[in-house]
Amino acid sequence: MTDQNSLQYTAEHEWILVDGDTATVGITAYAADKLGDVVYVELPKAGSVVSGGTVVGEIESTKSVGELFAPVDGTILEANAAVDADPSLVNSDPFGEGWLIKVTYTALPTLLSFDEYSALIAE
Amino acid sequence: MTDPRPDSDRTSPLHQIHVDGGASFTDFAGWQMPVSYGSDLAEHHAVRTTAGIFDISHMAEILVDGPDAAAFLDYALAGRLSAISIAQAKYSLLLNPEGGIVDDLVTYRLTDDTFFVVANAGNRFAVATALQERAENFDVRVSDLSDSYALIAVQGPNSREIAKAAAGITEVSVPLDELKYYWSTDALFDDQPLLIGRTGYTGEDGFEFYIQTDAAASLWAALVVAGEAYGLVPAGLASRDTLRLEAGMPLYGHELGIDSFPVQAGLGRVVNLKKEGDFVGRSAVEAGPPHGSHVLVGLTTEGKRAGRAGYSVVTEDGSRVGMVTSGALSPTLGHPVAMAYVDPFVIENGTPIFIDVRGNRIAASVVDLPFYKRDK
Repeated sequence: MTDQNSLQYTAEHEWILVDGDTATVGITAYAADKLGDVVYVELPKAGSVVSGGTVVGEIESTKSVGELFAPVDGTILEANAAVDADPSLVNSDPFGEGWLIKVTYTALPTLLSFDEYSALIAE
Repeated sequence: MTDPRPDSDRTSPLHQIHVDGGASFTDFAGWQMPVSYGSDLAEHHAVRTTAGIFDISHMAEILVDGPDAAAFLDYALAGRLSAISIAQAKYSLLLNPEGGIVDDLVTYRLTDDTFFVVANAGNRFAVATALQERAENFDVRVSDLSDSYALIAVQGPNSREIAKAAAGITEVSVPLDELKYYWSTDALFDDQPLLIGRTGYTGEDGFEFYIQTDAAASLWAALVVAGEAYGLVPAGLASRDTLRLEAGMPLYGHELGIDSFPVQAGLGRVVNLKKEGDFVGRSAVEAGPPHGSHVLVGLTTEGKRAGRAGYSVVTEDGSRVGMVTSGALSPTLGHPVAMAYVDPFVIENGTPIFIDVRGNRIAASVVDLPFYKRDK
């Protein structure tokens, strides 16, 4: 289980784990809960160039569709094949096995801390 | 990610039970109702394989009684309600004079001259008002009892055994083993009047329990206890929507609306043009919708991406020939299903059609409704 305090967040309910020049990105438990049971994810292919703030994927539940935004400018290093095979990982382990993409980036924008994100979803 | 939160205040008499049960809530017709208790997929599969219990207390209940009640409903509704027997239920439509659908509803006949009309939550006042207006020349009383009633549905193959096992349900007029589909029985629950209908909205066998609001929590608890041995789980509106979609059941505001004629929605059979006398909407229905009006069809697509309400149905050259009214990846069937209004000429000509799924054209096949039919 990833320590949620060590992650950074966007207002669009993505979490980001920074390791060197690689950012691992997923959606938060709050977002997964709001979506309901995830039944399909569409993620960008490795090598795709993405721009921060743009839609790069989709997360479908039985009842709605959520968009995945790239939190940083960069290049997709890897999309999580495990969630492609078993989308329910997004619900069962959103901060761990349910991660979505790894992005190689050059610069990190200003992101939310755990406390700031917690305050956002408590509003 | 969007951030939908309930913004309505109206809650069910069972609200605290849902909170305690870990439900998440959604705004539905001004009510804060349970959308799921954790996994809408698990709830969906439970209804198909064991049983689920739904709180649908937001539905509206309107009592129609008086010597002219049957004749009045023959005039006010599209069906021939005078033809049903005491304890029988009938699905019908309330049309406006232009033939548009004000609501779809289920009516139970309680006595010769007493009927219990169950309407959609969002149409409560439209239905109550229309019925009151149409009652002018009849010796009949229309009473909106919606605030007094809670409604609990137990749906799924084990629903009958659960209903039979629930403690506190006594004096059942018709044994549940003998109760036929779309019939009802009187009963008592803790000495309070209880109406049990073998009706539902999931495509499974099931029972619906109409009870005074102050007894609703006790009845829910009794059903949950009885259901423990039968795999009963609380189920929310998310699973209810995928269940009814698989069963090809129309939802007001999606497949049905004031701008659609019954025949467009595949409900021509619900309008009884053979019944004697006039009824509201008759002349318009007889004239029919304009030539070429869109008709409701079932669509299936390959892959996992589902066409959803509001998505366009297009031809190969991108021309828009219809719109999806409901759609989801069917949990039971494993592929996307959708209901859509489409140009009938396209269907008749066998023109290849597609659903535009957020910019991607996905080939669709027209199929008969329902998508899913239970083994009986």
